Amino acid sequence: MADTAKPVPRVRMPTTAKAGEIIEVKTLIAHEMESGQRRDAAGQLVPRKIIKQFTASFNGQEILRSDWASAVSSNPFLSFFVRVPETGTFAFSWLDDDGSVYKTEQKVTVG
Amino acid sequence: MDAPSMPAQSVAQSSTGAVHHSRRSFLVFGAAGAAAWLAFGGAASAATEGYTAEFKKLTGDRKLLEGKIKIELPSIAENGLVVPLNFEVESPMTPTDYVKSVSFFAEENPNPQVASFAFTPLAPKAAASIRIRLAKTQNIVAVAEMSNGDLYTARKEVKVTIGGCGG
Repeated sequence: MADTAKPVPRVRMPTTAKAGEIIEVKTLIAHEMESGQRRDAAGQLVPRKIIKQFTASFNGQEILRSDWASAVSSNPFLSFFVRVPETGTFAFSWLDDDGSVYKTEQKVTVG
Repeated sequence: MDAPSMPAQSVAQSSTGAVHHSRRSFLVFGAAGAAAWLAFGGAASAATEGYTAEFKKLTGDRKLLEGKIKIELPSIAENGLVVPLNFEVESPMTPTDYVKSVSFFAEENPNPQVASFAFTPLAPKAAASIRIRLAKTQNIVAVAEMSNGDLYTARKEVKVTIGGCGG
């Protein structure tokens, strides 16, 4: 699983909503979440490489932040709820152990 | 860690004088509640020592309340690599009364930390769904901290058929 491709985050949520509506956001990112406890064929511990933090914000204001340990499954899935006060942009980011940040945005229109 | 916990256990059990001296029956009986539970968590096995330390680091000596937290986990997980975890903490989620954080621990995992969630009043519900890895059959413990500093805790056991830590 020497996957060197940059993980692509996927987010599924409605793109339109009523003002103040609560909607569910489902997120998924392809990532091995190497726990740091597994040994390779030579008996050496495979170094930890996980996504350690997820954040969700709306128009620049943080809604939710989640810190992850090695117990989060590979290809981490996370779903949660947000309120849509007005037309705006939800931003999501995943922080990797190696410092990489994977980001995606979704505009939601109130109307 | 075993040494300081063990005397507490034997003293407590002899003082109950009850017929059933299992750890579980004492827990139900125990007036000391959370404190006793922590002490026995430490005595139970080497793996839970890490959990006890992490749990203590978060909760300190603060009072632990029950309720408000709803955890959904399968009773039996055939594959410990992917165990769905859903939770919701009861709260109005207003700027003056909201859930600040919810943390999860797996007592018997090599690293007991699982995930923690920091909510802001912008979140309409202190709820989420995630998938986690469990090394073996064990308790999952949740701790929720409210905006007024109150701590709530809940736990649920998951029986794991195939472990999820490369075993």
